[in-house]
Amino acid sequence: MIPFLTGGLLMICLATALAIVRIRNLFACTILMGIYSLVMAMIWTSMQALDVAFTEAAVGAGISTILMIGALVHTGSKEKVREDERSGPHWPSLITVTVTGALLIYGTFDMPGLGTPDAPVHRGIAAYYKSPESQHRTHAPNTVTAVLASYRGFDTMFETAVIFVAGAGMILLLRREETADGQPVNAEASSAAPPEPGSSEGEAA
Amino acid sequence: MSEQTPPEDLTPEALPPEPTAPQPLIDQPVLRQVTKLLIPFVIVFGLYVINHGDYGPGGGFQGGVILAAAYIVYALVYGLKEARRVVPRWASDTLAAIGVLFYAGVGLVSMFGGGTFLNYDFLAKDPASGQPLGMFLVELGVGLTVASVMVTVFTEMVED
Repeated sequence: MIPFLTGGLLMICLATALAIVRIRNLFACTILMGIYSLVMAMIWTSMQALDVAFTEAAVGAGISTILMIGALVHTGSKEKVREDERSGPHWPSLITVTVTGALLIYGTFDMPGLGTPDAPVHRGIAAYYKSPESQHRTHAPNTVTAVLASYRGFDTMFETAVIFVAGAGMILLLRREETADGQPVNAEASSAAPPEPGSSEGEAA
Repeated sequence: MSEQTPPEDLTPEALPPEPTAPQPLIDQPVLRQVTKLLIPFVIVFGLYVINHGDYGPGGGFQGGVILAAAYIVYALVYGLKEARRVVPRWASDTLAAIGVLFYAGVGLVSMFGGGTFLNYDFLAKDPASGQPLGMFLVELGVGLTVASVMVTVFTEMVED
């Protein structure tokens, strides 16, 4: 039952991905990407990876779609067709993509079956994380959170720092000088980054 | 559906001209009220997801994104200016930094308690209460940073 469900959902994923490649309307593309994320979330759910499914639904289908639409406000929703695209496929890139895809599929032949108990990932330390002893120690019934927040807290801290850096980069690249309600924090930030290089880069780009 | 041609008095010339600019969302009373009604529940759900990560799916990242989604819906309906009045620029900037610093601060506190960096066993009197406390505080920091960064990304992108 479950393999059929996952297989069917993967087929929908494939169809959505092909549609995203073919469609020229960027707004339709954005919505299709949201659909793709939702279907992926369903696949994760059918594989009982609820945390991944939750993240996929919240980030992939939710926030990404909204941010993409926010970008579409500036770009317009029609993709331009280049002249060399009309003549046919770009053979070097098609060959590269096909070979890479074939190699990746070949690589999956060596992978252990889905849910195999003696797969390498289940040996090592993961066995301890899932043990009752570990649950008693962290008092977190959800092993994923126990690993993310406690056992691998250092990694998660720098993941958070990466998100912070992404926000800082967004501020440095896109923030305009505020005149009406400029706060003191803003004034410092804008004086630290002189406006001249930023504006000249904007013109060059 | 077989009758595709419009009647004589409804030819495109007779129809009112298409509005060039879309109607502002704030002018639609249903949308405005439903948003007002919905946002508190979204925020409560976001906080629940942040704090309940050790019992169910979720955690700081997902909860923070949900909190940001509540704000983005508000900004979409009521306009960015009004939304910026609720969470000013300096607030989202500062909260993004505070989240990371809070996370690192939990690590430092556990160091001062006698353990290693981010060893929650030393946050409270005994490890059994220190571990859940540490995870809760850390997820709170993640949620703060993620929510503020998502708000920042959205507003910087839409603002012009």
